[in-house]
Amino acid sequence: MQSRKLGWLLLAPTLIVLFLFGVVPFVYVVYVSFHDWNPFAANPDMVFSGANNFRRAVFDAGFLASLGVTVAFVFFAVLSELVIGYALAQAFMKDFPGKAFFRTIHTLPLIMAPIIVGSIWKLMTTPSIGIIPSLLDSWFGYDMNIGQSAATAFVITVIMDIWHWTPLVTLTLIAALVSLPPDPFEQAQIDGANKRQIFWHITLPMIAPAVVATVFIRLMDALRTVDEVLMLTGGGPGSATRYVGVHIFKEVFPRTNYGYGSAVSVIVLYLTIVVCWLLYVSMLAPRNSKKG
Amino acid sequence: MKKGNPWLYMLFWIFVSFLTLFPIYWLFVISVKPAVDLFSTPDILLDGIYWQNYIDVLNDRTLRGYMVNSLIISSGNALLCTTLGFFACYALSRFNMSGKESIFFWTITNRMAPPAVFLLPLFLLMTQVYRVGDFSLLDTRIGMILVYCTFNLPFAIWTLRPTVDGIPKELDEAAYVDGASPWKVITEVVFPLCRPGLAVTLILTWVFAWNEYLLAATLTNFNARTLTTGLSEYVTTTGTEWGIMAAISMFTLIPALIVFSMVQKHIVTGLTFGAVKG
Repeated sequence: MQSRKLGWLLLAPTLIVLFLFGVVPFVYVVYVSFHDWNPFAANPDMVFSGANNFRRAVFDAGFLASLGVTVAFVFFAVLSELVIGYALAQAFMKDFPGKAFFRTIHTLPLIMAPIIVGSIWKLMTTPSIGIIPSLLDSWFGYDMNIGQSAATAFVITVIMDIWHWTPLVTLTLIAALVSLPPDPFEQAQIDGANKRQIFWHITLPMIAPAVVATVFIRLMDALRTVDEVLMLTGGGPGSATRYVGVHIFKEVFPRTNYGYGSAVSVIVLYLTIVVCWLLYVSMLAPRNSKKG
Repeated sequence: MKKGNPWLYMLFWIFVSFLTLFPIYWLFVISVKPAVDLFSTPDILLDGIYWQNYIDVLNDRTLRGYMVNSLIISSGNALLCTTLGFFACYALSRFNMSGKESIFFWTITNRMAPPAVFLLPLFLLMTQVYRVGDFSLLDTRIGMILVYCTFNLPFAIWTLRPTVDGIPKELDEAAYVDGASPWKVITEVVFPLCRPGLAVTLILTWVFAWNEYLLAATLTNFNARTLTTGLSEYVTTTGTEWGIMAAISMFTLIPALIVFSMVQKHIVTGLTFGAVKG
């Protein structure tokens, strides 16, 4: 059984690295979250405090507000990306000149660093620098100020996310649409089904697995959005775009209250897992039970 | 197939491409304008290219240091993750180990967790626990190379697994029969056949590490700062110099664009953990 030993030997470095930088931090953050610990306070030691930090976090207005805007952001961004991505994928199913070229251009934002995306949209929307406020002013006389209007800042972060991530949805849905067999569609047309019926009863059920996978991936990524928003609005104005990741980075991390910060981190991690799990179960379970 | 005029579709995609490209073009426009031109009405067209912003960035010693750090960290991390990922995939693919599929799935959970959640524990571990005498991993390049493994190593394993699985086992066995050592089989039989898959993995892990900001911003102070953190630093301290900010952004963007042109077809497969073939 020497060969099996060799297998573990080859796997060992990976397991060690992921254990030290993936598992240990996870266990550690849970451990610290049950303690009072502020190295710069009068008592710099770690003191066990039970669920106190969690109780505090649950009644912390700033944290709750950031959870609220995060939900709104994720909802609007992911929903728009799905709708636009599907429309673009359909517009790609026809043969037209330069198809591969347009696909390449469309993929471009995916490889860009989130912080660069944030910097680009800052340059696009900052008053007197950006082209968008200037055009809105000269065409409609509308005074757009991302630094003052909470609604504007929120909408721009959603638009930025759509610009950055819709290509991923488009390309995954193209892959799904291309692999569909033509027979059910021909049959439905012979039977006189209209476009809407074909979409709801044939296309959607058949691409459902790809849609679920895409939503799952997008949801996870949208929940962890930090860099681009930090760059674009810094979470402001006020707390209008202070999504949970931004909240941890700007409000929780700089304060040296490590116990409380850990509790907030644990809650966010828990919510992420729950959301992904709910989505996974609610969308995959019915299909599996039908199959079985 | 749907009916419709192909030229109309093309027109539609020209419009979509314009929406995609315009913000990037705008970044370039700002980066090649002198500061005085920026405070008049924004103009879409350029009346000349002003390279001074780029020269200023290159002349800045701090920023040059950040660039070198970014290069070392992302190259080191990409090499480490691809190598370890390749060994791990070979083990998972060829050896009959108990629970190996659970291990395979467990690796990817490391990539799903929001990085913001791990800022605090990683910071505390690196300052208090992972240290030898006076040497702590905080603000070191080797520390960042290891930390970036949390998202890049699972990625490497997941993208390399199909490649390694695709190499027929009979080749290994034939080599063993000929008396080759396991090391020889891995490096001289399997490795050359996996080269295309390894190249894609190497390139994509490189760009993910190059693009990372959040962990670098919290786990480095000066010695190991990367270009992305330099960009944000620049904005908070002297936010009015938009031209410089745009030029730093271009320096961060260009390597990613070069990489993009090389592996454009594999990006979607990579970003969806292989769930969807792009």
